[in-house]
Amino acid sequence: MALYSDKVMDHFLQPRNVGVIEDADGVGEVGNAKCGDIMKMYLKIDDDIITDVKFETFGCASAIASSSMATELIKGQPVEDALKLTNKAVAEALDGLPDYKMHCSVLAEEAIQKALEDYKSKQENTSQN
Amino acid sequence: MKIYADNAATTKMSQTAIDTMLDCMQNVYGNPSSLYTLGQKAKERLEETREEIAKIINAEPREIIFTSGGSEADNQAIISAANIGKKKGKTHIISTAFEHHAVLHTLNKLKKQGFEITLLPVHENGVVDVNELEAAIKDETILVTVMTVNNEIGTIQPIAEIGAVCRAHGVIFHTDAVQAVGHLPIDVKAQQIDMLSASAHKFHGPKGVGFLYAKKGVVLSNLIEGGAQERGKRAGTENVAGIAAMAAALKESAANMDGDKERLTKVRDYLIKGLSEIPHSALNGDEKQRIYSNVNFCFEGIEGESLLILLDRKGISASSGSACTSGSLDPSHVLLAIGRIHDVAHGSLRLSLEENATIEEADYIIEAVKEVVAHLRSFSPVWRDLVSGKKEFILK
Repeated sequence: MALYSDKVMDHFLQPRNVGVIEDADGVGEVGNAKCGDIMKMYLKIDDDIITDVKFETFGCASAIASSSMATELIKGQPVEDALKLTNKAVAEALDGLPDYKMHCSVLAEEAIQKALEDYKSKQENTSQN
Repeated sequence: MKIYADNAATTKMSQTAIDTMLDCMQNVYGNPSSLYTLGQKAKERLEETREEIAKIINAEPREIIFTSGGSEADNQAIISAANIGKKKGKTHIISTAFEHHAVLHTLNKLKKQGFEITLLPVHENGVVDVNELEAAIKDETILVTVMTVNNEIGTIQPIAEIGAVCRAHGVIFHTDAVQAVGHLPIDVKAQQIDMLSASAHKFHGPKGVGFLYAKKGVVLSNLIEGGAQERGKRAGTENVAGIAAMAAALKESAANMDGDKERLTKVRDYLIKGLSEIPHSALNGDEKQRIYSNVNFCFEGIEGESLLILLDRKGISASSGSACTSGSLDPSHVLLAIGRIHDVAHGSLRLSLEENATIEEADYIIEAVKEVVAHLRSFSPVWRDLVSGKKEFILK
């Protein structure tokens, strides 16, 4: 039996939306190098729609695949929907993760939520100014 | 290209070992405890192999106990010494921070029973300091257990010196020699070793077989109770085919040892030189005082499991000390023991070479690792922070 599903391997070997958005509207970084996983998400949001998303990840194959899948799931979606993204949805879209790797999907969810929070706080700051 | 570079995990069985095992299973299937000819034939075979193995490490045949492998041998050695200590009121044991878990977990168990455990530091080079070891010995010390060769970073410990110190202080000396037997010369008399653990599948024998050497006079405690096999010290019908195959593999490995060392040292050093060219990388463990088959590196800014899977795609089987490959949140205790911090320890790679490894294969490995490390760094947020100067490099 293979360690990972074909979907995980596909997203690990050909990760989607890899990179950086220099003028991102929201950025979220979670995890720490001590534990061996760091994810960073960059969002471009236009009219409350996520028009672009990029990620950078330091971590194992399932962390990279989870990041990649999460970006696919929210790209083109309204912010409202992205806020509802769960780690379970990420793991299911990857045809499952081994139990001890579920935390990778949690990180992906958290990275996106953090980037969305960053976007919202920037929005509030702009409107206050 | 297919390259198996995880021989410290396990080795491919040699043809001689396979032939011996098959022959035994087909022709020597009697129970060595049975009185009829078929049983006695098995008994003879068993005792012949005991003699062969004893001879290779310069022990007496009656000092060899067959076990299910290295872990059982480690457990039995340490528990036996602890029981000897209990009788004498000696409850202090000295070991090192980077032993195999078969040793460390057994010591933890003893700690809960009231034993005092001293784990010596192994320093940046991954080698125990004999003076520090001697200084740690006190009146209550019953056992010193130090591995011959570390399984992750391959560093060779000063076994003969440790043996001399222990003998002088009247302390039992056990060594987990799982990574050394069949690869380095062992002489339990010259090196003054009281107990030694070995495992067949690390020298091209079958899995599930090993042996414990215990010097005459060191009383063993049973881990498994039952019949009177192995002089009453290890119950259970002997795995004759596995044991015979182990002896066949060991004879072969021991005979080829010198040539292997000469050839592989060149390949190892070539690999070390090539991988050192990768920026912000570092060799783990002493460059020279290491077994000729081991190369272990840390690469900053990447994680080991990703590295292994991508290398596997290129036909290279290797291992890593990252948390993801250990099944825990912490990276390898060995890398932490030599002072690598978590962030860097997660990005480790262990290559343990096969005896027939070539320079051409080393070239292929070097190119593959360079490519994979560069790829993983290209989208690593840690690497970005290091390159941009936001964080400082740990490996220069």
